Amino acid sequence: MSKTLLDVDGLTVRFEVKRGGGWGKKSYLYAVDDISFEVKQGETLSIVGESGSGKTTAALAVARLVSAHSGTVMLDDDNVLEKQGEDLRQTRQKVQFIFQDPYSSLNPRKRADSIVREPLDNLSEKSEDEKTSIVAELFEAVGLRPEQMKLFPHQFSGGQRQRIGIARALATQPELIICDEPVSALDVAVQAQILNLLRKLQRDYNLTYLFISHDLGVVQHMSDAIAVMYMGKIVEHADRINLFTSPRHPYTQALLSAVPTVDRTQRAKQKRILIPGDPPDPINLPKGCRFANRCPIAEARCSQTEPELKQFDQGHKVACHLV
Amino acid sequence: MAPLLQVENLRIELTTRDGVAPVIDDLSFTLNAGETLSFVGESGCGKSMTALALMGLLPEKIGRVASGKISFDNEDLTQASPARLREIRGNDISMIFQEPMTSLNPVFTIGEQIAEVLRAHQGLSRAAAWAKAVELLDAVRIPNPKGRASDYPFQMSGGQRQRAMIAMALACEPKILIADEPTTALDVTVQAQIFDLLSDLRRQTGAAIILITHDMGAVAEMAERMIVMYAGRKAEFGPVDQIINHPRHPYTKGLISCVPHIVSDMTEERPDLVEVPGIVPSLKDFGQDRCLFASRCTYVTDKCRASRPEERLFSDGQIADCWHAEDL
Repeated sequence: MSKTLLDVDGLTVRFEVKRGGGWGKKSYLYAVDDISFEVKQGETLSIVGESGSGKTTAALAVARLVSAHSGTVMLDDDNVLEKQGEDLRQTRQKVQFIFQDPYSSLNPRKRADSIVREPLDNLSEKSEDEKTSIVAELFEAVGLRPEQMKLFPHQFSGGQRQRIGIARALATQPELIICDEPVSALDVAVQAQILNLLRKLQRDYNLTYLFISHDLGVVQHMSDAIAVMYMGKIVEHADRINLFTSPRHPYTQALLSAVPTVDRTQRAKQKRILIPGDPPDPINLPKGCRFANRCPIAEARCSQTEPELKQFDQGHKVACHLV
Repeated sequence: MAPLLQVENLRIELTTRDGVAPVIDDLSFTLNAGETLSFVGESGCGKSMTALALMGLLPEKIGRVASGKISFDNEDLTQASPARLREIRGNDISMIFQEPMTSLNPVFTIGEQIAEVLRAHQGLSRAAAWAKAVELLDAVRIPNPKGRASDYPFQMSGGQRQRAMIAMALACEPKILIADEPTTALDVTVQAQIFDLLSDLRRQTGAAIILITHDMGAVAEMAERMIVMYAGRKAEFGPVDQIINHPRHPYTKGLISCVPHIVSDMTEERPDLVEVPGIVPSLKDFGQDRCLFASRCTYVTDKCRASRPEERLFSDGQIADCWHAEDL
């Protein structure tokens, strides 16, 4: 059993909002509300959920790109959230980010090699020669040709740009890479190239991924464990096989049944569970379970008390009264 | 029964800086009443251009129908006057666009925008058009349609906006509904709702749907027949189930296997995805007399580089444009 690299406990991120407070009282939107999960060295944990569920905010908080309200993020038994100044800079080397949109996440006025080199310049104390050789290595590792180093981002295709983004994330030899929807902006055929590359790099460098996606097919292919988020809460957390073959939370079941599939036996087997309506207003959250108003099996107690994330067999955790 | 829409040898040319490029090159297909036909392919393969050509909405001065025929109810749309096309658009053929946020007008309420269609095309009075708009919003399952009709687009969620778009497209009960990636901007659960809605509406109104998408799963779920497009040309055409079970064109094969699907028999082992190397050729390479997929194809031979593949016909109307279709 490999060791736990990232251990997130009780992480909460809130944003101040203008409306709803009144009389000078502040009102907050809890984008991420008391979530806990861990990721083992060399494995991939995916966070899935619909837009607005807080998955990206959670990842940003882990990388210290938004500030957390409370909770701990332990990376190698070191609380990331308490780091300041030089310490924080050192920690940033260990956590790197691959962004969603390869068009807006690369500086259009820099050449490819200096984009990849930037994290080394800012975060490490390596010599110039060392940096140059690292950049050259990275270009090869992500499948770009050396003569492309001096080109500008607009001269690359979407897939190639995402490769530059990946090379940049690898530059400081991080322990944890957060991939925020790395393929959702790419064409399907290019998607496969990038996903294969990510998995190859994981094998070669023993990388740990925190993978954010809304595409359940991609998640199924990439992850060892999956956490499903709804309205800032983790509603189900299980390993890959368990989650996809026996989902327990009604939201996960609905989510899985909504994915269109080419597999005819799967389609015959899965009965589409429609969840009507829209998620509740994140500022005035309902009292009980946040999914209760759309849940097909909700009971009276669901709208009264909030279910806790309970542990079941084989590490399968579900937050539902009725499981 | 004669098909509702018949496209014959359609060729659409775009004028670019590098010269004239055929974005649609010799495309023929038919659409029957009440059927769902799907166009599949990567971006830049001419899917949306086909849709725009059907609607007579090709970019002015840049795009033109160079040759071919689009017959709708025995009328050739390529020869129709702008005034006639205006009549057809909305009344007989209407379209749902990809991004509901950018394709709705932000300064008019949803109700006004739907009512406008009815007043322009059916000459309804203001009050009657508004009443019909509310009715339509109800038909696309927007809760409290009376109240929501006076909402502006920004007050609605993505799924609701797309429903409003569908209501607008269906306002005049068109015979053909073109849906250009109607769910790419939406979450999966919302996508499922929209697909459900489209299937129900098709059953009720009997409209034919042209679904443009890149998601094979969506095709399998929604459509009866599909056309796989590559670089402006048809790669494969035929019944959906048959093509998914046995694709005869390497590009179709790649498109199906390069996406990780949720399958019924999931295993611990996860083999690498099948890659389709490279990317779609740029516009200036379109229209050459060779197989345009050859540079990305694993089955490529000299013949592919020398001349454009001919159509090969298989059982049940499956057609593949590949020199090696029989061997696949």
